[in-house]
Amino acid sequence: MTHDLFDKFDNILAEYKKLAESGELNPFTVSMDAVISPTEAIINGKKTILAGTNNYMGMTYNQECIKAAEEALNSFGTGTTGSRVLNGTYYGHKKLEETLKDFYDAKHAIVFSTGYQANLGVISTVAGPKDYVVIDADSHASIYDGCAMGNATVVRFAHNNPEDLEKRLARIRRKDPDAGILVVIEGVYSMLGDQAPIKELATAAKKHDAFVLVDEAHSIGVFGKTGRGVAQEQNVEHLVDFTVGTFSKSVGTVGGYCVSNHPKFETLRLVCRPYVFTASLPPSVVASATKALELIKDSNLRVKLLENSMRLNKGLANAGFNMGTTGESPIAAIIIDDKQTAIAYWQNMMKEGVYVNLAVPPATPNGLNLMRCSLSAAHSFEQIDYMLEKFIAVGNKLNVLG
Amino acid sequence: MTLDTTEILDQICGLMAPFNKKGVSISADTTFASDLELDSLSVMDMLAAIEDHFDVTVPLNILPDLETVGQVSEAIKRILDEEN
Repeated sequence: MTHDLFDKFDNILAEYKKLAESGELNPFTVSMDAVISPTEAIINGKKTILAGTNNYMGMTYNQECIKAAEEALNSFGTGTTGSRVLNGTYYGHKKLEETLKDFYDAKHAIVFSTGYQANLGVISTVAGPKDYVVIDADSHASIYDGCAMGNATVVRFAHNNPEDLEKRLARIRRKDPDAGILVVIEGVYSMLGDQAPIKELATAAKKHDAFVLVDEAHSIGVFGKTGRGVAQEQNVEHLVDFTVGTFSKSVGTVGGYCVSNHPKFETLRLVCRPYVFTASLPPSVVASATKALELIKDSNLRVKLLENSMRLNKGLANAGFNMGTTGESPIAAIIIDDKQTAIAYWQNMMKEGVYVNLAVPPATPNGLNLMRCSLSAAHSFEQIDYMLEKFIAVGNKLNVLG
Repeated sequence: MTLDTTEILDQICGLMAPFNKKGVSISADTTFASDLELDSLSVMDMLAAIEDHFDVTVPLNILPDLETVGQVSEAIKRILDEEN
């Protein structure tokens, strides 16, 4: 008998059904009926504080960004209907790439249609059949998928562990002294907000003549003197060969990018399939991204953002929660022992008017069940105190707090 | 160091202990997904321990072909033979 193509998902479907039957609110089917501001929306008819949307700078409603987007929409239309290499490169795409080069003080910048595609494209293309990609164990799905799409040999090292990386690179070099090697790390890991020790990791990479790619998706705008990310914060930008990032978090829209000083970097426009074979970003999106990057460079919103995060993290820690985060990034996450309680916790927070992220394995490291918040510079202290009050109320109700 | 397949299998069974939360008895036919109920991340963590024990590189690329403990020990045997 032939197989139904969907039989392989039966276990996942059964898990999902359990979740859907556990209450009227399902984290996979949340939809925002209306959005009021970067920090508030109407969900299921209820005014809800958004505490898990990665909108770190609150840029989605910045008036200058909206104005730039409107002007581009009126001048250039709703979409490009084409790939960057055919009819999909407009004035705005080139200006955005110039703005990125200026933002990073880099020689080259390429804009992709999403951050996911930036990782997918760069990793799968620069590392070929005779090369190696060496990735952190806790890498985002887009990094794993970039590896799966390419033809390089893929090796994984223990999360944020320079000695483990060094050991694995030495093994590769022992067998393959001349191979090209790309080491991939993230500036900030999104689930627990921990930073990579870029200096130590990149130094291990350079010792074995490997290239270094840093994904600053969750750190652009948030860290560094001019918001370039963790490499700038740690003063190690000279050790980084490729910086990848996204416009979908601090920049407040959608899109991805890679910047580099490699003299042959622009070749990617000819050979990188996720760049070539997809439609380019709409003009309004590139216009708001360009404006947001200009604003982020000189912004002091970083200070407000980290103050907000520290306030929630400290409040949760003082209340006695088992913390996954420290407050040194925009992420606040509490650890819940079991998945069923985590689901109930999420549902109760929604009923109290606070949207947070339910994060469970395998999206989380070390099998953790998390209630994850991403703070915004646009949150007021009143909103943060409200989140905290509701976290404590639900924690007491579900006996998560001792 | 030349190890035969049985020795490699024995050593891998020993390395499996921290990942054998259900306490099943491990043989070459034991599967990671069904018998040990390991998710993809745990299988990768287990491979890292095996890499370090034998001091070899086990590319993630071969992961889809590794369903049983026996298949892992065959892969390690192959990699060790290639290196020597």
